[in-house]
Amino acid sequence: MARNKEAMVLLLDVGPSMHGVLQEVKNICSTLVHKKLVYNRSDEVGIVLFGTKGTCNDLAKELGGYRHVTVAHDIKVVDEGTAQALQNLPVGSVPGDFLDAIVVGLDMVIRKFGNTKGKRRICLITSAQHPLRDPPEGSKEDQVDTIADQMKKHDIKMECIVFREPGLHPNAVMEENDRLLYQFRNRSVAKVVQVDSPTSMLGALKTRNVLPVTVFRGDLEVNSNFKIKVWVYKKTAEEKFPTLKKYSDKAPPSDKFASHEVKVDYEYKSVVEPDKAVPPDQRIKGYLYGPQVVPISTAEWEAVKFKPEKGVKLLGFTDRSSISRHHFMKDACLFIPEPGNTKATLAVSGIARAMHQMNKVAIVRCVWRQGQGNVAFGVLTPNISSVNNVQDSFYFNVLPFSEDIREFQFRSFSSLPSSSRPTEEQQEAADNLVKMLDLAPPGREVLKPEFTPNPMLERFYSYLDLKAKQPDANVPPLERCLRRITEPDPDAIDQQTPLIQNLGKAFELKENPKKKKTRTQDRLEYVGAGDQAKSVEEPSLEKDGLVEVLYPPAENVGEIRDSNPVKDFEAMLAKRSSSTCIQKAIEEMQKYTSALLEDSREGGNYQKALECFAALRKACIIEQEPQEFNQFLRKIYERLKGRDIASFFQLLSSNNISLISKEEASDSDVTEEMARSFYLKQEGASQ
Amino acid sequence: MDLDPEGIFRDDSDEEDENVQEREANKEMVVYLVDASPKMFTPATAQEDEKQETHFHTIVNCITQSLKTQIIGRSYDEVAICFFNTKEKKNLQDLAGVYVYNVGDREPLDRPTAKLIKDFSSIEDSFVSTIGSRYGITAGSRENTLYNALWVAQALLRKGSVKTVSKRILIFTNEDDPFGAITGAVKTDMVRTTVQRAKDAQGLGLSVELLPLRRPDEQFNMSLFYADLIGLDGDEITEYLPSAGEKLEDMTDQLRKRIMKKRRVKTLAFAITSDVCIEVNSYALIRPTTPGTITWLDSLSNLPLKTERSFICNDTGALLQDPQKRFQMYNDTMVKFSVHELSEVKRVSSHHLRLLGFKPLDCLKDYHNLRPSTFVYPSDERIFGSTRVFVALHSSMLRLGRFALAFYGNPTRPQLVALVAQEEVTSSGGQVEPPGMHMIYLPYSDDIRYPEEVHVTSDDAPRATDEQIKMASNLLKRIDLKNFSVCQFANPALQRHYGILEALALGEDEMPDIKDETLPDEEGFARPGVVKAIEEFKASVYGENYDQEEAEAEAAKASRGDASKKRKAITDAASQKCAAYDWAELADNGKLKDMTVVDLKSYLTTHNLPVSGKKEALISRILTHLGK
Repeated sequence: MARNKEAMVLLLDVGPSMHGVLQEVKNICSTLVHKKLVYNRSDEVGIVLFGTKGTCNDLAKELGGYRHVTVAHDIKVVDEGTAQALQNLPVGSVPGDFLDAIVVGLDMVIRKFGNTKGKRRICLITSAQHPLRDPPEGSKEDQVDTIADQMKKHDIKMECIVFREPGLHPNAVMEENDRLLYQFRNRSVAKVVQVDSPTSMLGALKTRNVLPVTVFRGDLEVNSNFKIKVWVYKKTAEEKFPTLKKYSDKAPPSDKFASHEVKVDYEYKSVVEPDKAVPPDQRIKGYLYGPQVVPISTAEWEAVKFKPEKGVKLLGFTDRSSISRHHFMKDACLFIPEPGNTKATLAVSGIARAMHQMNKVAIVRCVWRQGQGNVAFGVLTPNISSVNNVQDSFYFNVLPFSEDIREFQFRSFSSLPSSSRPTEEQQEAADNLVKMLDLAPPGREVLKPEFTPNPMLERFYSYLDLKAKQPDANVPPLERCLRRITEPDPDAIDQQTPLIQNLGKAFELKENPKKKKTRTQDRLEYVGAGDQAKSVEEPSLEKDGLVEVLYPPAENVGEIRDSNPVKDFEAMLAKRSSSTCIQKAIEEMQKYTSALLEDSREGGNYQKALECFAALRKACIIEQEPQEFNQFLRKIYERLKGRDIASFFQLLSSNNISLISKEEASDSDVTEEMARSFYLKQEGASQ
Repeated sequence: MDLDPEGIFRDDSDEEDENVQEREANKEMVVYLVDASPKMFTPATAQEDEKQETHFHTIVNCITQSLKTQIIGRSYDEVAICFFNTKEKKNLQDLAGVYVYNVGDREPLDRPTAKLIKDFSSIEDSFVSTIGSRYGITAGSRENTLYNALWVAQALLRKGSVKTVSKRILIFTNEDDPFGAITGAVKTDMVRTTVQRAKDAQGLGLSVELLPLRRPDEQFNMSLFYADLIGLDGDEITEYLPSAGEKLEDMTDQLRKRIMKKRRVKTLAFAITSDVCIEVNSYALIRPTTPGTITWLDSLSNLPLKTERSFICNDTGALLQDPQKRFQMYNDTMVKFSVHELSEVKRVSSHHLRLLGFKPLDCLKDYHNLRPSTFVYPSDERIFGSTRVFVALHSSMLRLGRFALAFYGNPTRPQLVALVAQEEVTSSGGQVEPPGMHMIYLPYSDDIRYPEEVHVTSDDAPRATDEQIKMASNLLKRIDLKNFSVCQFANPALQRHYGILEALALGEDEMPDIKDETLPDEEGFARPGVVKAIEEFKASVYGENYDQEEAEAEAAKASRGDASKKRKAITDAASQKCAAYDWAELADNGKLKDMTVVDLKSYLTTHNLPVSGKKEALISRILTHLGK
């Protein structure tokens, strides 16, 4: 992938107005570095901080000025050092000047690479809230022009991420700064995005460098006489979880060059002779036709199968409303007019704008490559560009064929019995919820897909980095910002509390008692009372720095709660996802029970403790862990015998809860006799 | 009465019954009762000049087509074909005038096979000689062939429980008055017993349906007899005839398509707020259809093969049990993970579906799409009251024009989803769009690319003028697909696949010709109005002399094209080099492996062969080309 090798400089504003999001800035840049360490090992990264108290850069040394700009990491091939430099971002004390930073960054790139060719990128993250230093000569606009010319000359692209907290009123300084940044964009050297929350900060920077590749280059045929030259790119493509290789531990530890890889081997064996493998050339594909299998060789298929001609053909136009949004089948593509072809650009622009005005869409049939096995049949929708120097284009989405649509019938909501239909009051509660839980108040949109990072991948890459340093590290919990993606914002929820309670009150939900325990494995993870309590507590816990209370959640076995300890314990045992699970359940129960006894005054908890003992004993017999119980009982007895708790042991004794004997569990070293006389003997000994 | 020709979509009238209903639709058993009386063999049209086609022929065709569709779509359904009013008899009950048709070692009522379809499609040639036709119910004879036929059909359908199988008897006839030949008490008695027979069958859960045939100038009079037999009265009779006609058409022109059973994908807990959590079922209403599973066969014996997978350690060659550790190269070191840790990383949400809030519908852009959507419908199975909450939200969202943004904590790919409320749409044919919500999978920031920004220049991009847009609007009006519906196009590759499979299975010589419906309508585009609109728009954006300019540019390119020149130079050099060797001799002496890859490639380039692959591949390609 050397072709896609790039060098980039991160220009990070660490001034006071950025302090709220420094953590996210650190995270997003770290993810970028982590991904480079996995996918683009030869990429180079430099880090420049501005708004720092001190100053450290070549320009300042040579020319003076450029104060409060610190080069934290020179442009170098990515390694741990790069990640390390990001780990301890200093908190700056001076408002940052982003133009100075850009000049420093640009200077670094030019010094390092001179006129050699390659992909260079500068990434600026700033709040752009503070006045810029006046240049020694000319206006700021002139300075921007000079910088843009330099960038163009050296083919350097810039990405600017501007962070402004929501509700911040723009003032003259910000407007000027924005104007300067947009001037970069108009000169086609920069892309500017504005974000207003820490979560969208995490999504604002492209952390994976993908070389755009066309799906198709050729004609969009209206008819044989009128064709428009277009290029087709993917507009969306899922970034997949990396496919990890299987690890083999068979190689001797002394072998330093062991690949540790695992080869997966498939063998095809005849049903008649299970010992003989059938060679690949003796295999033939069979297709089911009723109960019969029809063998058809690949060559035969090749000769007769559907082979459409390459090309994109227009079938016609239709109303937007005749295409349902949910019929879109795959990731979207983008049709752009052939770059540099003015006529094609005009043709696309004309049709796209007409489509937009008339609310129409185009239906097309596409065969991207010669030899493709099938046609893609889909819809073009107009994409009217709002930026002057970007062409108009079309979005393309694949539509289903008639075979792909399954006509299942569902009961009409209007024919539901009245018990399943909402009353007026309930409908109002729902209306209010929809109105109030608004994620797109005027001028703002929360959780825009464009700025929403993938929480799973974010977590994976940070875990990967952590594991590289500490091989036995546990999976870290999801960070606060990423939790804003998976859960509703607690602040917003707090504001709407009465409303939400209304909804809860308006509707009555009841679990179906008949269905409750039918399939334990398939049981839904409904919110239990405990989970709710946990989610309310979580923020406060975090504040107190008690993250380890939640951590590690590696094995989600549940917990034993006061309301119904025996049931919780049984539920934990029932999960049995691993052997440690059982161990953990028993430990938890032991802890809970002893705490119960310690807290007990005047025997108030005795009955409950007795139940716990009984459950624990039963479980230890079933799980063949007699020692666990026996040791626990002895320990409790030893510890508590001094106190006024003898009555509890009498209670145990009268309920036949004593040591587990050999007869009950073969692993036990206690005879039946010993078990029976346990309390007697202990009493005797203590007296 | 059942308008649904497949009979597999029943309305779930009661939530409690839903499971039973779903099970009921699992399988279908049909007995085709075909009238074989001489009347069926008279020409179906009165006009002499038209092709003489008998009703019997129509029926055989229709059943053949239906079987061909069924064997692909629902091959587990069972079918029996039974003629009545025949000379010969063949049935377990040994009743006169009824012949149960079968081939090979198939049970009388069984899954259709290729042989059944093949033999049945050509039954007409041998029908008269082997089975024979006659009028069954005649004056003087006490026989009632229709009664016998129903009796035999009912006996055939005895297997399988009504609860799990839907059972149908389909009668094909062109005789609206089967008891017309007899009169008096005998007739009354026969009619009574026959109707009673049908009623008994219906009482056992079998559905008895009629597919009447008639000549264009005649009316099939239902009220003479069949209305009573299948239990229709009043208005139903007038409605029945047209719908039965449609049914017959449906049977012949059905699309070959695998029919999926309505099955929920998953039951999800949908947390709306922290204390309101409802239950919904998800369904896959739209999924790309694949040609079906492949079974590997041994090409010598045509017996199926068993696949065995084994894991082998790359370093030692030792056989491993399913390895539980994975690794990822990171910064040139190997970072190991357990399978458990990986699944823990992927679990970012404790809920199936968590509501985050609502957004107006225009926030959902056209490119916010990754995969086919999933349909969501409420269920009260485990949490009572879920439907009520869902319906309330559904109607609020529709009225306020909003979609719900939710987090779908799928363990393989947790994702943000848009839940778009779908209003129920019905047409005369039934439900077009069911009510519920469509779950649309949204991309993350890293999934969205900006190809439109790759080629930007600092100049403003050209924009169409109002005049050009007007021309384009005119073009749009001209090339308008009226009544366009998404599901009107069949997948040409899939239809061809099924066609080929059928032809090979039935041993047909000719490969079927499948029409590609996705090709543009040539005729429509050739209409003068359309051509004119296209020309006008073309002239307005491309200028008058575009074609000429283009041709010149093309010619100029061809004459001085750098790329083509370079390619030519390479080919020339290669052919020179290639000519320096005697390839046949080298091949004979096995010297090819001693040559360099560059030399080998020169041969391939000269002969226009692919130059990809390893050295061995190149050598074998050369050998193949030399015919060695």
